[in-house]
Amino acid sequence: MSKSSFIDALIASVVMLILTSWLLGLQLDNQPDGLRIILNDAAHTTWVIVGVVLVFFTQLFKAPISRVFSGIKSKGQDSGFKLPAPEEKPTLYRFLTIAALAGLLIWPFVASRGAVDLATLTLIYVMLGLGLNVVVGLAGLLDLGYVGFYAVGAYTYGILNTYFGVGFWTALPIAGCLAALFGFLLGFPVLRLRGDYLAIVTLGFGEIIRIMLNNMTEVTGGPNGISQIDKPTLFGLEFNRRASSDEATLFHDFFGLDYSSNYKVIFVYLAAVLLVVLTVFVINRLLRMPIGRAWEALREDEIACRSLGLNPTIIKLSAFTIGAAFAGFAGSFFAARQGFISPESFTFIESAIILAIVVLGGMGSQVGVILAAIIMTILPEMAREFNEYRMLMFGLMMVFMMIWRPQGLLPMTRPKMEMRNG
Amino acid sequence: MDNKLLEVSGLTMRFGGLLAVNNVALEVNDQEIISVIGPNGAGKTTVFNCLTGFYQPTAGQVIYRGEPVQQLPGHVISRKGMVRTFQHVRLFKEMTVVENLLVAQHRHLNTSFLAGLFKTKSFKKAEAEGIERAANWLDRIGLAEFANRQAGNLAYGQQRRLEIARCMMTQPSLLMLDEPAAGLNPAETDELDELIVELRDQHKISILLIEHDMKLVMGISDRIYVVNQGCPLANGTPKEIQSNPDVIKAYLGEF
Repeated sequence: MSKSSFIDALIASVVMLILTSWLLGLQLDNQPDGLRIILNDAAHTTWVIVGVVLVFFTQLFKAPISRVFSGIKSKGQDSGFKLPAPEEKPTLYRFLTIAALAGLLIWPFVASRGAVDLATLTLIYVMLGLGLNVVVGLAGLLDLGYVGFYAVGAYTYGILNTYFGVGFWTALPIAGCLAALFGFLLGFPVLRLRGDYLAIVTLGFGEIIRIMLNNMTEVTGGPNGISQIDKPTLFGLEFNRRASSDEATLFHDFFGLDYSSNYKVIFVYLAAVLLVVLTVFVINRLLRMPIGRAWEALREDEIACRSLGLNPTIIKLSAFTIGAAFAGFAGSFFAARQGFISPESFTFIESAIILAIVVLGGMGSQVGVILAAIIMTILPEMAREFNEYRMLMFGLMMVFMMIWRPQGLLPMTRPKMEMRNG
Repeated sequence: MDNKLLEVSGLTMRFGGLLAVNNVALEVNDQEIISVIGPNGAGKTTVFNCLTGFYQPTAGQVIYRGEPVQQLPGHVISRKGMVRTFQHVRLFKEMTVVENLLVAQHRHLNTSFLAGLFKTKSFKKAEAEGIERAANWLDRIGLAEFANRQAGNLAYGQQRRLEIARCMMTQPSLLMLDEPAAGLNPAETDELDELIVELRDQHKISILLIEHDMKLVMGISDRIYVVNQGCPLANGTPKEIQSNPDVIKAYLGEF
């Protein structure tokens, strides 16, 4: 710190003192004989002094402070904070994975019931985000109708359960497969489309599914939806207060516990954790498999892909199919958690939110998408007290994110390959 | 003939009223370097696009190893061993250098979903072999130290070399290079010259080359085809082409 910065700091504090003592230090007092200017109370004076001291020191150390900030910023313009690749720091990753898993497992036993329920919802969005990440982030196919597959999964379980009494764990793979089939079918007409055109067609697809569900009243109950869908069971043990049928066993009876509705919430949460862990594992492997690389190659350059003997049709269809399957899993889980589904839950805004999760997290980045899913579900809940400003804040956050960090919260890291020496 | 690799006859491509390629014939034998030259807009790249299935030729026959391939889609032709590069480098820019090479080996790796999911022995072995092959080529083209760098961040000359290496990963028997020397400095062009000859002599493949750099073309070609305004103009050895009056006229105009 030089002499000039000291003088600068002195001038700044004097200016600050003059300005604030006028504005904060004095007060108009309404006396019987008219208005009088009097000194403000001691608390104001203290704050004025604190402010002046603060200004003095900030000005004095302006150079080192701005150096620190410019250091952060210039890095940010290059690439920003990036996670190291798992191959670079395997121990760090192993430790973080174990810590995250332990946290996930301990959470329901320490948090309130509402918090656990919210965590379950978050996990559903994590699953959706990861699934859409395959289609949008990796294969680069902009899909605005992802909620359609989510709806297919939810209604598959809803209908199978209501009409045929199929349990959750049996319906889960069926829902996944059916959603995958829909993904496959949607894939065919859109094979030649890219970018905006693809977005429009998939948008239409999502709406078609919703309107179909709304109008097939005999099967889906139309706008009234399907209610009283069974919750998941633990190897046939039910979590209800009373058994649904004579042969069903109840969880609390079996273990000789008193009935508590918390068991159900916790169990649903743990089932969601299991599904999310499976999803993360499968997609993480896919990323490092030839098919995962082919998805990314397709996103980068379709013509080059063809010239190297990769069949773009198969690559696109597989991305759509696998992405849709995860939406199907998430959908049937959603139906099981909620116990009630209606077309209302599968509007375009859902697709938009899932897409926002992918973009916000960083296209292709798994950790980023998980983080974004957590933020996107928890923030609106936390901001409930702001009522009508909630969506406005949400929108603002998105705008600022896209300006400051267009690559997403945690952009994807390329896998590092160990090359032989020499 | 046994050693005939590619035989093209009567190749014609019409875009509406525009006759881009008219009745072009080509012949490539095993282990030959064949160049296609011609003024800008002569239809050389269109010929490439027709041969590799990016366009469906209006008429004509493309026989590759005794088998007609002219109506097949691009990725099928490429799998048969006819692989091309592009006039403007088309790398997978956001992927790393070694990933670029691995994508090209897609068909030689273990693509089974379950094998990859459970990281079976055969999967790991196939991946390791793929990386090994990639490492060999990276050594050859001098990019070994950039293996984990993003392909889009390489210098232009390096990108060109990487693109050729990427084609070689598919194990082709005919490599088609579309203006590989464009944008290279003289030293890099010399390296390219060496590389192409090495591909023919050591990797036993044939090369079909489109190029404007006459020094390169005349130096390494076994035979040269000249195309002008979509029509075949002449063909022969570099010597014959250099003294052909029609070719001189097409390039320099009439005196």
